[in-house]
Amino acid sequence: MKVLVAVKRVVDYNVKVRAKGDGSDVDLNNVKMAINPFCEIAVEEAVRLKEAGVATEVIAVSVGEKPCQEQIRTALALGADRGIHVEAEGRIEPLVIAKLLKGVVEKEQPQLVILGKQSIDGDNNQTGQMLGALTNMPQGTFASEIKVEGEKLNVVREVDGGLQTISLSLPAIVTTDLRLNEPRYASLPNIMKAKKKQLDVYSPADLGVEVTSHITLVRVEPPAERQAGIKVEDVAQLVDKLKNEAKVIS
Amino acid sequence: MSTLVIAEHDNGSLKPATLNAVTAAQALGADIDILVAGANCAAAGDEAAKIAGIGKVLVADNGAYEHQLAENVSLLIAEVAAAYDNVVAPATTNGKNIMPRVAALLDVAQISDVTAVESADTFKRPIYAGNVIATVQSSDARKVITVRTTAFDAAAAEGGSATVEAVSAVHDAGLSSFVGEEVAVSDRPELTAAPVVISGGRGMQNGDNFKLLEGIADKLGAAIGASRAAVDAGFVPNDMQVGQTGKIVAPDLYIAVGISGAIQHLAGMKDSKVIVAINKDEDAPIFQVADYGLVADLFDALPQLESAL
Repeated sequence: MKVLVAVKRVVDYNVKVRAKGDGSDVDLNNVKMAINPFCEIAVEEAVRLKEAGVATEVIAVSVGEKPCQEQIRTALALGADRGIHVEAEGRIEPLVIAKLLKGVVEKEQPQLVILGKQSIDGDNNQTGQMLGALTNMPQGTFASEIKVEGEKLNVVREVDGGLQTISLSLPAIVTTDLRLNEPRYASLPNIMKAKKKQLDVYSPADLGVEVTSHITLVRVEPPAERQAGIKVEDVAQLVDKLKNEAKVIS
Repeated sequence: MSTLVIAEHDNGSLKPATLNAVTAAQALGADIDILVAGANCAAAGDEAAKIAGIGKVLVADNGAYEHQLAENVSLLIAEVAAAYDNVVAPATTNGKNIMPRVAALLDVAQISDVTAVESADTFKRPIYAGNVIATVQSSDARKVITVRTTAFDAAAAEGGSATVEAVSAVHDAGLSSFVGEEVAVSDRPELTAAPVVISGGRGMQNGDNFKLLEGIADKLGAAIGASRAAVDAGFVPNDMQVGQTGKIVAPDLYIAVGISGAIQHLAGMKDSKVIVAINKDEDAPIFQVADYGLVADLFDALPQLESAL
């Protein structure tokens, strides 16, 4: 079966992002960019399905400006077979990304689409579910284990109280949680090979999608800073402070 | 103007997150109805009717909604939402699972994880793991919103007398089914609703040592959490994780034990009212957000703390 994996180019997770001085946006000048960690887990899962003989082809897709081809190449180096870049400028909202991915799904007809549960820049946690609604596919979000069983996909999901297992008919959508797998590192030979793999570029118009905006970013600001408090000498003083100063224990 | 709040419940009773969502909905300044979708969920519906300030409670009671499968419930919500200007749900794993599907069915954007309502169309929400707060304005006629429960006080659970109406619409997409669940059983309060949380990090060294936290948790009526480092190291299960990719908590008292204070962890607890840090590394970043810091070996400090309480 064919597996489509969506990847996003985001600020590297080690970078501490700050608001610009004028509050118009975040300052992303000269910061290191990388593949979104949850998307990396999605690529790894797809590649493992191929290694297990379940998947026949793994296609990595990304929506964004030209440089996101770097992240597609990363996915190709990790083991995806070919790439698709949907070239779109500026801040693309999750609903539009879902519509563009729907266009790719219609072209490629994958049996499984794997996405990260959220990207670590916008922290929206929307695209996979939206793609599910638009394509009328079932979804296994926040997955910590997936298993193809005949025509069905069993998904173990991380939910607030613990774990939930659901069964989905195929084709289906999965969004990854952290514990689904531990992604491998790309080897140098595979990075070199990835440069030669097929990468097709589409425009939103090719997919019949109009890029619209529903949300305006009014301003960004740093969160309220917490003042560092005091150091206490010992446990006795800590308990005293909690009882008599903070009054949070009795 | 009218707002539909999606109730969080387990069919038998309402979850506290619903009350926080109602408070967020009140800030939108419109009349509020509540939708309870489930199976044999009349008790949860009756509970919702007692919340102060609610117009009516819509109860969709059908087997298709028993396990909150997103494929089915999103179709129901999208249909009911046609009569409302806003749809609000708590940003629990359930709300996060279902609401983007609803938004896409309605062809509108979703505003996720709202922490403040500035006006009927303008909201604050954290981005980049809470390192930046964005103010965003929606141009959609109908707004689909999930709210961070810790950012809004609970609405009064009693005092209202809303009418209860049955919704007969049945949506079974036939795409998914529930197989089973493993729910962590604990006598302790739920992590996201506990007044006190005590969390362990990599400094705990192994899962057995989390027992050192239990005695203290029992005395304080606290929930026990963990940092991602402790979860990744296999000390404790992931449902205990506090942080950007785990649970967001804001208790009256948060005690961080053997936690260095990575950005991802701080994103999940820095809105706690009082933060205590116990760590033997005096340069650990956790001390920069702690109200009370104790530089000590946790294996000495924890038994002392337990006996001092």
